[in-house]
This record gives sequence, C-alpha cells and structure tokens, in this order.
Amino acid sequence: MLSRTADNLYWIARYVERAETAARLLEVGARIALLPSAGQGYRNEWESILQASGTAAGFARKYGDPVQRNIESYLFFDRDNPSSVAACIGRARENGRIVRTALTAQMWDALNTAFQEMRALERRPRSEMELSQLTEWTMRHAAMLRGAIEATLLRNDGYDFLNIGFALERADNTARLMDVKYYVLLPRVEFVGSGLDNYQWTTLLRAMGAHRAFHWAYRGEVTAAKIAHFLILNRQCPRALITCAEAASQHLDRLAAAYGMRGAVQDRAARLVADISRLTVEQVFEEGLHEYLSRFIGEIAALASLVDDSYLSGDIW
Amino acid sequence: MTFFNEMYHDGEVRPPYARLEGWTRAMPAELRQMKQAEAEALFRRIGITFAVYGEGGDPDRLIPFDMFPRVFTQDEWRRLERGIKQRARALNAFLVDVYGRGEIVRAGRIPGQLVYRNAAYEAAMAGFVPPRGVFSHIVGIDIVRTGPNDFFVLEDNCRTPSGVSYMLENREIMMRMFPALFRENRIEPVDSYPERLRRTLASVAPAKCAGEPTVVILTPGHFNSAYYEHSFLADLMGVELVEGQDLFVEGEFVFMRTTEGPKRVDVIYRRIDDGFLDPLCFRPESMLGVPGLMDVYRSGGVTLASAPGAGVADDKAVYVYVPEMVRFYLGEEPILPNVPTWQCGQREDLAHVLEHLPELVVKEVHGSGGYGMLVGPRASAAEIAAFRDRILADPDSYIAQPTLALSTVPTFVAEGLAPRHVDLRPYCLVGERVELVPGGLTRVALREGSLVVNSSQGGGVKDTWVLAE
Repeated sequence: MLSRTADNLYWIARYVERAETAARLLEVGARIALLPSAGQGYRNEWESILQASGTAAGFARKYGDPVQRNIESYLFFDRDNPSSVAACIGRARENGRIVRTALTAQMWDALNTAFQEMRALERRPRSEMELSQLTEWTMRHAAMLRGAIEATLLRNDGYDFLNIGFALERADNTARLMDVKYYVLLPRVEFVGSGLDNYQWTTLLRAMGAHRAFHWAYRGEVTAAKIAHFLILNRQCPRALITCAEAASQHLDRLAAAYGMRGAVQDRAARLVADISRLTVEQVFEEGLHEYLSRFIGEIAALASLVDDSYLSGDIW
Repeated sequence: MTFFNEMYHDGEVRPPYARLEGWTRAMPAELRQMKQAEAEALFRRIGITFAVYGEGGDPDRLIPFDMFPRVFTQDEWRRLERGIKQRARALNAFLVDVYGRGEIVRAGRIPGQLVYRNAAYEAAMAGFVPPRGVFSHIVGIDIVRTGPNDFFVLEDNCRTPSGVSYMLENREIMMRMFPALFRENRIEPVDSYPERLRRTLASVAPAKCAGEPTVVILTPGHFNSAYYEHSFLADLMGVELVEGQDLFVEGEFVFMRTTEGPKRVDVIYRRIDDGFLDPLCFRPESMLGVPGLMDVYRSGGVTLASAPGAGVADDKAVYVYVPEMVRFYLGEEPILPNVPTWQCGQREDLAHVLEHLPELVVKEVHGSGGYGMLVGPRASAAEIAAFRDRILADPDSYIAQPTLALSTVPTFVAEGLAPRHVDLRPYCLVGERVELVPGGLTRVALREGSLVVNSSQGGGVKDTWVLAE
C-alpha cells in the first residue's frame, strides 16, 4: 500500500474519533454547567472543556471570555479550530476523497453523507438546534463509519491503519476527557468524595456513553477509584486506556506479520501495554491523576510519531 | 439550417430507437422527474463531480445527465470503429515518424514548421521510440454527425482524453434505473474498458521489465477537476493511484513509496501534462512531477502513457493533415473524413474566413474545452468584430470550420422531450492491439439551439448504446 494512502486512512480514523470527542466534550460541558457549583458559575466548567481539548489558546484569541454559546460554536462549527467537529468531518471526508480506491462504497457513503449533512447544518440558524442534537448527530455518523468499516472492509493493511488511527486517537481523547475532571476540581480539593464530585464523575461516564456499562461492570456506589479503574485499567471498557493501547499494539503486530517486518514501533506499543497491565488504581492516584494522564498522552504521541516514521512518511526505507 | 434527428427522420422513428418510443410514452412526467432526481442522487453519492476550469464555484458540481440514450446500430458502429482505429494508427505512426526521420515532412506532405516549431513538439523526445512504437495509448476522437451516413472527425485527443468514467457510470446508472430497457434492447456492454486499458498499458511495459508489469496512474492530485476519474479508473483497474510525491527515481528505475518499502513501477499512465512530468527536464518549478523521470524513461526503465510530445499530433493546425497521414502511412483512404477546415495562417484561407465570419466556427489552435472559440451564427456583431481583431493579430493561431448541422437526439427538458445537439467521444486503446469498447461518451448541448457540447459551456452527457445484431 502507498505510504500516502496509509497516512490518509490513519487520519480519517483520527479525525472521526476526534470529532466524536469534541461532541462528547460539549456534552460534558453542558451537563456540568447545569450544576449549582457553589457560586463558581459555569465559567470554570467551560474553561476546563477548552483546556482539556487543547483549544483554550485559540478560543481566547478569537472570543476572549468562555461563554457557552461561543464555546459551542467554536467546538462544533468553527473551521478556525482544527479540532472542531466541522473541521474534523471536513478533513476526514477530504482524506477519504483522496483515497477513494482504498475505501468501500459504504465507507465513502458514510463519510460523504456526514459531510453533506454538515454543510446543511451549517446553513441552518443556530437557534433552531439544540446542543444535544448536534452531539447525537456526530456520534451517529462516527458510528456509521465504524459500522461500514467493520461490515465491509477487507481485513488488510488498510484496515490496520484505520484501527491504529482510531486506537491512538481514542487513547489520547479518553485521557483528555478524564483530565477535564482535574481542571474542574483543581481549585476545590475539599470537594473530593462529595456529592458534587460524584455527580461530575458520573457526567464524565455519561459523556463517554459508558454510564450503564459502568454499572454493569461495578454496581454500587460511584467512586473516583472505580471510575479511574474502569477508564484506565478495565479491558471490558471500549474506551479504557488499556483497551486502546492493546488495540493499537495488536494492529501493529498484524502489520508486522503481514509485512514480515518488526520494528521499534511494535516494541514501543508492547511496552506501553505491559506498563498499563502492571498498573493499579492506587499507583495512579499516588502519582496524581493529572500527572499520570499527561505522561500517558505523551506516550501516545511518541507512539504515533513512530507509526509515522515506520509506515506513513515513506522515507525510512 | 435543418438538422438530422437521430430518432425521428422523414416522419418515422429510425429502427435503433424503435423501442424507446414506447418507453418514453409510458413514462409520465412525475415518474421522469423522480427518476431524474434518483439519477442525480446516485451520481452525487458515488461522488462523480467535475470542477470546471476557471469558473470557481462549487467544486462538487455534477455534469447534467440526460436519461434518454443515444443509439447506434451495429452497422453504424462497425464503420465508426474501423475509421477510429485507422485514425489512431495513423496518428501514432505520425508521432514515431516526426520524432524519428520525419519522412512525412521530407515528402512535403506536411509543412515542417507546423511540426517542429509547434509548442507541443517535445525536443527531448527526438530520436526516441517508445515501446511498441506507441506514443498515444488512449486516443479520444471527437466525432459529429450531420446525416444518416455522414460522420466527421471534429478533433483528436492524443494526450489524456478525459470523460471515460462518465461512459462507464452513465451505463451503470441506466442499468440500475431501467433494467427493463436492457432486457428489451440488446445493448453491447462497455464494462470491459478498465480491464482492456490495464492490458493495453501492461503490453507496453519497458524493455527492462521482467515479469508482470506494475502499472500506476499518476494524478496531479485531488484538487484536479478530473480526480474522480483518475481514482475511479485506478480502482476498476486494480492499480495504485499515485501523485508525484509518491514516486522517486533511484538508479535506473522509478519506485513508489509504500508501507513495505520502495516498489518498482513499470508503466505510468500519467494524467498530468508534459511540462509537469519531470522538473529536471521540463518546468523546474513543478511540484507535481518526479525528478529524473525522463532519464529513466529514455533509458527504458519505465513507460509513460501517453509519451511526452504526443500533443503535436492532436494540435488543431496539424488536424488538417490527418487524412494525409492515413494515406501516407497506411496507404488507405480515410474512412472518417475531417470537417473542412480553413487555416487562417494561409493567405487565401484567411481572406475567406474574414469574409464569412458570421457563418463560421473559429477556434484557437491551442485552445480546448470550448474556450477561445467563436460560433459565428450565434455571435453578435460586436463579438465578431472583436474576434476579427484577434485573428488578424495572430492568424497562425486560428482555424475556421463551417458551422456544422450537428445531429440531434431527443433529450429530456422541462417541457418533455426535445431535440438537442450531440457529439461523440469514443476511446481507442493502442498497445499490443488497437481496440475500443462499443460505445463512448455522448455529450449533449442542453441549451436550446446551442451547438457547444462542452461541459464547461452547459453541456450534459448521455448513455451511448451500440445495439448487438
């Protein structure tokens, strides 16, 4: 497969996953903002959303104060924000157009339909649309693409590059979503363990579509430790860091087998999986959740850079 | 001027269209509109769009598709086929000759300056003979009709004629929407085109290629207006679609960058212009090409299709001499005649042209796509005066032809069916064999009375049928 084709497939997956995360972040923000947060108003919550998505600086330059309406526009529609849903859907479709021959008809259909509908959404007055409609729309289209891939694509190297893209982006995004909690709570350590604290954790679960799944897996009281365990260490959770790391590693191993060539990228992925497997929730909290997540995000970035060097740039051989 | 209607002639329905009459009668307006919308949705879904040069606007514009097919009998097609193949052979013989000994020029059958001082003449190709002596592997020959047995060649396209994806998709969509039509009429299939194209390209693999040749399509990229076609063909042929940045030269060969390391490439079906192929040989600022490609090509490490410099054969000034090429190289009489053409660069011709501008079609020699063209009978006095000045400023750059009474085919318009003017572009493949699929792209001028079928000027497309016997 052409390196450029692999690169495009990988980025289709990353953009679609990223669009979904932007939508989920918006949902987290909207729910947290509904809380009576002890005189803090909604500002801190929304600020935390921008911090977690890594778009705070860009937003501040364009809008200044974090007002909910502007944040919604910035994270959903704004093409100046490279992580907005509209920007991600647009680029995913553009990447798809470039590698049409590597996509199945259904995959192209899913990407193209999302793009055409997004253009229609952009033309509608904002007042006609609820935030929840927008976030659901995003998740529906992400699900359609995933479904099309699973149902129709050959299990070849292209399939692996797509899945590596999904896995790395999702690992990064789950870590960032969890980090929202850190930003919200940082100034008010005394809230830890309070009713508000638990409500925020639950909101996080909801935003990841993992609320019910969590209850199936753990039952009983929602605690920070259980949620951290679920989202970091539980292989049953499809968004857990360990699940994502293992998926990336498996698909890298499949590539190594198909190409008859192993390299640094496979080793690095295997080491990451091994490290998380040995980890306990206590260790995470000991290190500090934010510190751990930052370190993990750095690990994922390093792995992504190795994927690029090994397969996508076409320069190494 | 009266026009030959390919369906209704002398008060009767011509035989190849016999079954279509009942079909349209049985189709109420609402059903037709529904089907038309369905067809458009299918095109949009598949992603066939066509950006029009210089127009800006929506890059995802569709070329209008007209559901009423254009039909040829087997006899009509056989004659066209023979004429097209003959012409494709002569054009290739001409190219080998003018980059070689130049016999046709020495014999005084074509003026040397028209060939050697032509902007499309590629000096870098002099003395080089491509594999199997083929310069132009896909020859698109535009044909117009003026009567039951009167076909003319309007122009030749020896470089990279586009539009074949429409021929294939129009058929797919017609078969999907009107399966009954295809049961009632016995229509020759066209879907073998991609496979035949792949075979043609593989058959011109370079001398240094051992084993099954690796064929690729080289595209300028996804911003190009014909990108859809490039990717569509690559898909159906089962070959890689590459951009210049995916290729590099190492030693005597060209390689593509893949996830498994470099892979050698033997035949490049390039859809980029000569000037962009190799920045070391042609335009140094080109980012689309591959540095060193021409050296590898000339030393037999890779084949380019079409060969650089093939454009000298489809130049509108050289066009006048194609019947002469047929006689000179093949010793045959041309089966398909040219449209009578005046060359403004010649004094007597120029006088005639200037005197008859309101009746003539004047074309810029190097223009294409319907740009830089005067349609005398449809032009205002001011437009004609302006064009006269342009011709006088540079007579060599213009040719003129009589305004042809292009045939019409019934076409769906707002009020129902109405005759609209058409032309035909079949795609002739030249490799180990010379062949073409029974069909082509019919372009139709959708504006009432318009004789310009180019998609950039409001043209649409139709499915083109060749009936089996």
